[in-house]
Amino acid sequence: MAELSIDIAGLKLKNPVMTASGTFGYGVEFDDFFDLNTLGGFVVKGTTLHSRQGNSYPRMAETPSGMLNTVGLQNRGVKYFAENIYPRLLGYDTNILVNVSGSTVEEYIACAEQINELDHIAGIELNISCPNVKEGGMAFGTSCPAAEAVVKAVRNVYHKPLMVKLSPNVTDITDIALAVEAGGADSISLINTILAMAIHAESRKPVLSTVTGGLSGPAIKPIALRMVWQVSKSVKIPVVGIGGIMNATDAIEFFLAGASAIQVGTANFIDPMATQHIIAGIDNYLDRHKFKSIKEIIGGLQL
Amino acid sequence: MKKSVQNLLVVSNQRLNKDHALLELKSEVLLEGILPGQFANILVDKSQNIFLRRPFSIFQVDYKCNSIFILIKGIGEGTKSLSKSVVGDTLSIIFPLGRGYTFPTKKSKVLLVGGGVGIAPLMLLATMLKPDNHQIEILIGARSGEDLVELENFGKYGIVHTTTEDGSHGTKGFVTNHAIFGDELKSFDKIYTCGPEPMMKAVARLAHQNEIDCEVSLENTMACGYGVCLCCVTETTGGHRCVCTDGPVFDIKQLKWQN
Repeated sequence: MAELSIDIAGLKLKNPVMTASGTFGYGVEFDDFFDLNTLGGFVVKGTTLHSRQGNSYPRMAETPSGMLNTVGLQNRGVKYFAENIYPRLLGYDTNILVNVSGSTVEEYIACAEQINELDHIAGIELNISCPNVKEGGMAFGTSCPAAEAVVKAVRNVYHKPLMVKLSPNVTDITDIALAVEAGGADSISLINTILAMAIHAESRKPVLSTVTGGLSGPAIKPIALRMVWQVSKSVKIPVVGIGGIMNATDAIEFFLAGASAIQVGTANFIDPMATQHIIAGIDNYLDRHKFKSIKEIIGGLQL
Repeated sequence: MKKSVQNLLVVSNQRLNKDHALLELKSEVLLEGILPGQFANILVDKSQNIFLRRPFSIFQVDYKCNSIFILIKGIGEGTKSLSKSVVGDTLSIIFPLGRGYTFPTKKSKVLLVGGGVGIAPLMLLATMLKPDNHQIEILIGARSGEDLVELENFGKYGIVHTTTEDGSHGTKGFVTNHAIFGDELKSFDKIYTCGPEPMMKAVARLAHQNEIDCEVSLENTMACGYGVCLCCVTETTGGHRCVCTDGPVFDIKQLKWQN
């Protein structure tokens, strides 16, 4: 048994495996499958100040080694979350983060202020990268001044660990990463989905109701690895790797690229037990290579 | 029973016609309380092009042998691959998922309407309605007589009627062209249906006009099957709801199908 615990700028994880927002509901959906306390943490569904119906059906397209989604941040708003869902999370002994999104800086602030009142929420993952809503977070995540401004504004009202989730839909990911670091982020998670589309040739129509959507799954892993590697070399704060992680080997690759922890996303749709296999597999890898701690392989890429 | 991921052993694969197969899968975990309309999400691991699981209604449960039956129509690459499973294969399956049909609270006359492979959840429904002495009639529609499967087994549970688009078996036309949708319809207390959406909408409209309770089973594309991807939503009177967890069975009063 190697040491799997890791501190992500104040978030004390028992192991480096978390789950990605939008792929894990509010956690409770997985209670039948496994004990959630085995996780380093989980990030609940994207939450906004006001309730959102989300986009119309169809919202999903299966693509080679991946899928597109255009859910559009369907959620019942932060007040509903605090009153109706948060009480159900109090029994878990793991780090629960709330993914926060908004259309304006004011909405981000108002949402973060309400989450600041919830003691059992370990941190916020600030979503400045959702590609599927018109005035959505991605507008903040693709401009350095806007990214820095929204992070700074939330930093002022939120006093616990603040992770910022980046969009890959930019020309230089390191510029955005440096901007959110300057804005006061404690850590960075990346990548969110890649803007993409699918066409049904026979009907000559788009598959998704919104024409474009976000690509996830193994198809995006090489891009995610490259971006995690670039970002982890440019910032001083910890980086959390996300993008097509299906198994422990994928996770190890992200640690080697510079990630201090990882989030499992789309794999949760195919195998609800994926995180359990990944945690065991990481431990096995460390033992096989005679590492005493996960910390020894972070950024350990041999060039 | 609690939903779980299991590797189930294929103990038989009965080819019913050129594109339908009936798989019997043996469970290691004790099966209990599976409801008609609940489904199983099956991994297609023999294909590199298929990333997501494929959802199937649970067709029948044999509690004595601790096995479930899945009716598969080979349509795309995934369903074709699964329909060719052989005895001894194991399939990774997440089940039981979703909410099933609800049973009448008093002795009733019920009509089960299945279109194509939409008959799948109706076999378990008929099996479970029978012991309560409900009066059961079953109407099955298909493209042609060759596409009709399992008529004999349905016959064990009630009177079976058929329609085919080419007129090769039963009444010619769609299920709603059958005489049962005439004056006789009012004699039914409840209609259960599963099949192509246009068929279910036509059935629902007639049920609504005749003030008969009606439950439909939807089949929206989904990634997970347990309410976390939020991709399979349908519009209901209460807003977007996941077909996988709030359904797949809905009372037509919940759906915005009137337009």
